Amino acid sequence: MHELSITRNIVAIVGERAKDERVTEVTLEIGLLSAVLPDSIRFCFDIVAKGTVVEGARLNIIEVAGLGRCRACGQDVELRQHIARCPCGSSDLTRLSGEQLTIKQMVTTPCVQPADAPMPLPRG
Amino acid sequence: MCTTCGCADASTARLTDLTTGQTFDLHEEAHAHPHDHPHDHPHDHGHDHRHDHDHSHDHSHPHPHDHSHPASQRTTVLEEAVLAKNDRLAERNRGWFSASRVLALNLVSSPGSGKTTLLERTIRDLQSDLPIHVIEGDQETTHDAERIRRTGCRVVQINTGAGCHLEADMVARGVERLAPPPHSIVMIENVGNLVCPALFDLGEQAKVAILSVTEGEDKPLKYPHMFRAAQVMLLNKIDLLPHLTFDVARCLEYAREVNPQITVFQVSAQTGEGLPRWYEWLRTQLRTLGERPAC
Repeated sequence: MHELSITRNIVAIVGERAKDERVTEVTLEIGLLSAVLPDSIRFCFDIVAKGTVVEGARLNIIEVAGLGRCRACGQDVELRQHIARCPCGSSDLTRLSGEQLTIKQMVTTPCVQPADAPMPLPRG
Repeated sequence: MCTTCGCADASTARLTDLTTGQTFDLHEEAHAHPHDHPHDHPHDHGHDHRHDHDHSHDHSHPHPHDHSHPASQRTTVLEEAVLAKNDRLAERNRGWFSASRVLALNLVSSPGSGKTTLLERTIRDLQSDLPIHVIEGDQETTHDAERIRRTGCRVVQINTGAGCHLEADMVARGVERLAPPPHSIVMIENVGNLVCPALFDLGEQAKVAILSVTEGEDKPLKYPHMFRAAQVMLLNKIDLLPHLTFDVARCLEYAREVNPQITVFQVSAQTGEGLPRWYEWLRTQLRTLGERPAC
């Protein structure tokens, strides 16, 4: 449900950073414990990007597992879901990562002016 | 409108001050969006705006010949947290609450857990010595805020339209209207939803999850993100336990599995059972923010 609002944030951030350039590709990193569904983001992305410099951009999503440290025995445990247990049996884990929701990078291309386009005003 | 879930544009969000009856549109603050209207806002990026012209610009458009430029692709590393803007605003709220010695709590639950009844009871029981202000979050109507106002407490209603959670900027606007005095409590009753509010930090000192015994005892397992984010779980409607098959011990086991540190109070907002421990927790939290309020 919140993915629409999150996708709006993504498109707004990328759009601001792209300035006048056209965005052709956006790469996100989504932690498996972030409570954000990559498929929902994909679904919303094209709709939200419409009419912005991000329209038509390819969306890459890198999904990453979380990492926790067991408070009982100290070892690091990979977390693929919220409820996890350390091999030692303890479920008391400190979350080290897995909740990230980051825009890693974007690929842009200058907006191509047609040869007969009017001359742009010089910028101050 | 999101066709996945029907969650609509948060641009419909508005704030109603129940004391004055005024309503404000929260559109401009509701979401991160490119600013194409002229206004001043502080920049927080770490660079100055010097522009050294040690390179030559070619301003010789238009070209006399007919061609298009080859599109030269450029990759820019951003490494930017998607919710950074909300998180920054939440930190600003948190700083304000802390400096003002105001205890802010984010109350989260499913619809129908008894949040508003619990809040009414808490306000009535504590109003002689603990001032409480309320920010009510609902998609529509001011019904809950009107109930809260009848307790005599200062309240604003934020309607998120079809938005499914409160965000930090909405809370900032609410707090601005409420102007809570030092040593008071601001209760933020979030939209009834156990998913989305977990992601949006409002700047509160703690999230309090309310679960009623008329719901499933496995809710902490089904919504682990929320129960993990909460510092306190209030298990409400315990007066109904004799009529239900709800297994309290199992529910608490599930809650601790998701969040071993969670503090649980078993309460009934109807009969008042268990509420003194919840009130004591509130007083302790407030005390740790600074001096006790003058009684």
